[in-house]
Amino acid sequence: MTQVRTYGQYPSQFPGKLFIVEGIDGSGKSTQLALLAQWLRSQGHLVVYSEWNSSPIVRRTTSFGKKEKLLTPTTFSLIHATDFSDRVERDIVPALKAGAIVLADRYVFTAFARDVARGVGPAWVRSLYRFAVVPTLAIYFRVPLQVALYRILSGRPKLKWYEAGMDLGLHGDVTESYKMFQGRIQDEYERIVNEFGLAVMDATQPVEIQQRAMRQLVLPYVRGEKLPPPPPPGSPIIPPVPRKEVTP
Amino acid sequence: MKRFATYGETLPGVSVEDLSGWLIVVEGTDGVGRTTHVNRLRTHLEQMGYAVAETGLTRSDLASRGIRRAKLGNTLGSNAFNLFYATDFADRLERQIIPALRSGFVMLTDRYTYSLIARAIVRGADPDWIKRVFSFALKPSATFYLRIEVEDLVPRVLSEGGYFDYWESGMDLPMGEDLYESFMNYQRRMIHELDLLSHEYAFQTLDATRKVDDLSDELCDRVSALLAQKRPAAITP
Repeated sequence: MTQVRTYGQYPSQFPGKLFIVEGIDGSGKSTQLALLAQWLRSQGHLVVYSEWNSSPIVRRTTSFGKKEKLLTPTTFSLIHATDFSDRVERDIVPALKAGAIVLADRYVFTAFARDVARGVGPAWVRSLYRFAVVPTLAIYFRVPLQVALYRILSGRPKLKWYEAGMDLGLHGDVTESYKMFQGRIQDEYERIVNEFGLAVMDATQPVEIQQRAMRQLVLPYVRGEKLPPPPPPGSPIIPPVPRKEVTP
Repeated sequence: MKRFATYGETLPGVSVEDLSGWLIVVEGTDGVGRTTHVNRLRTHLEQMGYAVAETGLTRSDLASRGIRRAKLGNTLGSNAFNLFYATDFADRLERQIIPALRSGFVMLTDRYTYSLIARAIVRGADPDWIKRVFSFALKPSATFYLRIEVEDLVPRVLSEGGYFDYWESGMDLPMGEDLYESFMNYQRRMIHELDLLSHEYAFQTLDATRKVDDLSDELCDRVSALLAQKRPAAITP
């Protein structure tokens, strides 16, 4: 019988590597990840991409819930965990077993930051994601809030209800609400960086400088010269005790 | 007096301070007759003058269609199913159960988190983990567990629909060479897990092999007694 393995149980001895990027909207993480993917492919590596909120089955329910404004902080959190769990089981783990380099644009830390900014309990959401694979390397794109907001808002986007955190009733104006919500998310990210030991990228640097730094960060892991650290001690994600089989 | 509390985790943006009403859970494995008994109980309580509402697994506005789609093919990861059910439950808790309790209804629930915890554990989930996931659930006023042995379950399933259901037989795992084998093993495990939960969460266990009328009478009597002794606290605006 297949066991559902949890965060602590997934060993780093999969032949593949998992690199993930995190940061608020407008931090430039997606651009950098795309450049990294191109470069790794050009070096002859097998590269697989995994995006947040992309499970074919679950995505429809998420969009429906967003469109109809049915989602509460709790169901918002749970439906994204459902989506992520499906991708872990069906995409990420098999690809890692096959020895691929898996690149994920947003990972569990997005949920930790965003759901907690919505009022969900920090310990609960961390425990919810215990099934996640521990990434080989997680990079946080640190950028001043004003810079990120300018990058996003200068394009005059049509901000969506949940994207702007309108469900929280922070502000009646969508743009103002978005700014406040992004600020809250950033505060949570800053906590997470220390808690989980994320590598930090100075995302105010020019694109090509950042890309050089990013390649330097991942290269030792790709070459196998450096192994990912174990989850930090005292981390709220505790490896579960192996379960005794019950005989009915 | 506060009538309701969760299993530890608070629901953001939702107050459970002002809830009156009763949350009555009927638990038991597939085919044990829960639906029949919930229907009879509902009629009985309505005749007594109570306002009754009802919910059950996969009846949420948010996730019912998605879960149905996912069940059509074995295309959703096993742990993702656990969380999809949790999403469905949370939606019903916040948008059906809590509003009904706030209005002083008797909320009848055809299965609760316990069945979902049991099915996740049977599928290999860590029990502590899945219980923690569901720790935002309200503690029910009472949980009635319709208990049966798998041997007594078989004739009921076959006489009702005539077939073993794919999911009720745990064929996504699967747990045997064919539907029959898998059904027996899967249901045995489900009943075992529900038994464990019945002790942990102090269910009132009822022998479901008894005659339907006898069981139904006892269930109605027990719920009536509960409702009579626990008047809802006055609602202060």
